[in-house]
Amino acid sequence: MIRVEGLTRRYGSTLAVVDVSFHVEAGQVLALVGGSGAGKTTTLKMINRLVEPDAGRVVVEGKDAASVEPHALRRSIGYVFQGIGLFPHMTVAENVAMPLRLAAWERDKIGARVGELLALVEIDPPLAGRFPASLSGGEQQRVGVARALAASPRVMLLDEPFGALDPLTRDRLQRSFDGLRRRLGLTAVFVTHDMAEALVLADLIGVMRAGRLVQVGTPAELARCPADEGVASLVDAPRRQARLVASRLEGRS
Amino acid sequence: MTEQLALLPEYLSAHVRLTLAALAAGILLAVPAGVVVARVRALEAPVLALAGVIQTVPALALLAMMVPLLSGLGLPGIGTLPAFLALVLYSLLPILRNAVTGLHGVDAAVLEAARGLGMTRNERLLHVELPLALPVIVAGVRTATVWTVGMATLSTPIGAPSLGNYIFGGLQTRNTAAILTGCVAAAVLALGLDAIVRGVAVGLSARRRRPLAVAALLLLALASWAWTPPARTGSASASRPIVVGAKTFTEQYVLAEILAGTVHARTGRATRTLPSLGSAVAFDALCRDEIDLYVDYTGTLWATVMGRKGAGGSRREMEAEVRRWLLERNGVTLAASLGFENAYCFAVRRDTAERLGLVTLSDLARHARDLSLASDYEFFAREEWRAVESAYGLAFRARRTMDPSLLYRAIEAAQVDAITAYSSDGRIEALGLVVLEDERRAIPPYDAVVLAGRRLAREAPDALAALRELDGAIDVARMRSLNRLVDEQGRSPAAAASSFLRDRRLHVPERTPLAR
Repeated sequence: MIRVEGLTRRYGSTLAVVDVSFHVEAGQVLALVGGSGAGKTTTLKMINRLVEPDAGRVVVEGKDAASVEPHALRRSIGYVFQGIGLFPHMTVAENVAMPLRLAAWERDKIGARVGELLALVEIDPPLAGRFPASLSGGEQQRVGVARALAASPRVMLLDEPFGALDPLTRDRLQRSFDGLRRRLGLTAVFVTHDMAEALVLADLIGVMRAGRLVQVGTPAELARCPADEGVASLVDAPRRQARLVASRLEGRS
Repeated sequence: MTEQLALLPEYLSAHVRLTLAALAAGILLAVPAGVVVARVRALEAPVLALAGVIQTVPALALLAMMVPLLSGLGLPGIGTLPAFLALVLYSLLPILRNAVTGLHGVDAAVLEAARGLGMTRNERLLHVELPLALPVIVAGVRTATVWTVGMATLSTPIGAPSLGNYIFGGLQTRNTAAILTGCVAAAVLALGLDAIVRGVAVGLSARRRRPLAVAALLLLALASWAWTPPARTGSASASRPIVVGAKTFTEQYVLAEILAGTVHARTGRATRTLPSLGSAVAFDALCRDEIDLYVDYTGTLWATVMGRKGAGGSRREMEAEVRRWLLERNGVTLAASLGFENAYCFAVRRDTAERLGLVTLSDLARHARDLSLASDYEFFAREEWRAVESAYGLAFRARRTMDPSLLYRAIEAAQVDAITAYSSDGRIEALGLVVLEDERRAIPPYDAVVLAGRRLAREAPDALAALRELDGAIDVARMRSLNRLVDEQGRSPAAAASSFLRDRRLHVPERTPLAR
């Protein structure tokens, strides 16, 4: 469904992404994990050509991304932005309707679809007429997801979608996203620096470091035979943390 | 005051037309230009610099520059067109600069979101960049609105009627009520238009229907009022009225009314006066038939139009030469010589003259280094000044330039020691000023002559014949008393003119008064 071959991108003399290849099957979710500056977001943006690769190839739904007009490619792929990226001058409903207007849907169909989408991401109908600034962070992110889903894409890209949320909201949104993507059969790539989030949500995890994809595999594969110490420590981190948390909660240290 | 208010519809509607048209054109030019400049970074610096340079040209100079520029292109150099173009140029910078600033100020994350959703460049512009830049662009439009309303008052001297007619006319004829009316009307208009623009902005950006509808309605009402032609009174003939021009001082206003009244009474032709033209503008306008008649002075024509140096013999010889030259070169007819001179002359207060024993310009030259001299805008740039300066070796302690109407006040209040007065000015007598004799005849004669354009001579020979009646009809004492009626006794130029016309048993028709 999404095939990435030898993607490379440099900024000046810095190599941001070097020779990254992976393959995500239909209905699978891949999490790109790594520290900041590891090249996760650049890799993600090369999939819908927000960043043009210097070398390599992206194939989405069987079509070479380079052969499609960039705006047409992007319309076929849902995108959830780091920092949400809602249009501040449009209401919630108008934000969600934007992809449909770009696809030249009829007005009354748009209204019905927007209602459906807001229900899907559990946004109360009265919020539809409000501007994004008056919504909570969690509500804004749900609207962002609704907007990304508007044109019924089969592929979604998410850039640290839950990064800026409080833990309870993040937990709730993670679970609702997990439900959604299974229900809709979405193929998705998402970027996170939180290994726990990757383990909870992803079928495949790609670990990136200094522009390179160090290892890609299922959570179990990564845990069983990590490519190096770093990957092993990264995969183990949530468990270590959980143990520590448990012991602190039980008052043992 | 009621007289002033009677003129308001005419001046205000002209002002509104000029302002709205210039603003509309300014917005239509500057916003797209701002979009292009915001996209093509290389253009930004040169385009903004150019707009900035236009802005630094003083408004009056920019307007004045339009006159020769348009004439050079074979377009009407006086009237509404040059005023419109200058105002458009002037309105560009604030709108352009704010459009660029506003577009650059759009949050990069929002722009990336727009790209990520698959918007094309134009869709991003339409749905995201322009709406988000709108408040900043509107702020620029508001600045431009207030500037344009103010600057439009300066279009009077290039022949475009505006609220400036009140101000220029009032300044020349010492009519405070007129000046005040013009200023207050301009201020109210500026505030009103600003409120309308703000209403449009609020309506668009917060998408509230009511302010948008109210603002749009007000704008529409204002525009339709301004563009509705007024019911013309007494325009029996459908042909263009005979247009009588006037330069920017009292005598010219009075004479324009006299010419217009005489032609109308004798021929029944419709006439219109176009007051407050710049000195050089008037002659150019006549040559291009934009006005049909005005009064000029042989010495002025001699020096500034014909470019001759020194005096050209006697008054008679000079007038004959001017007559021949104008007809040959410009097809302009010297229709009548009114019978008085309005020469530049040097005047001092009586006490100064007595204290220093001043009788002639040679006497003045001896004391000049201790004295200050004030003159009108043009004198120091004229041939006559150079002639006087070199003939007498005049070198003053200080030279000041001011509006002609203020010269007399300045010398009365002893703020200057000497002024260049106009020999037919009623205030020389009224203030008891002493005119110094030009014993070396450095200043040429300044006989007042009626000039008629080519079109008038061809199409209205009867008007030309009627004007011949005015040959020798006004001596200098008469002109001074007419000027004094306006300058000292507060009558309108039209009223002064009718007193003259009545004496000549000419029927004085109901006409719109000129400046009061």
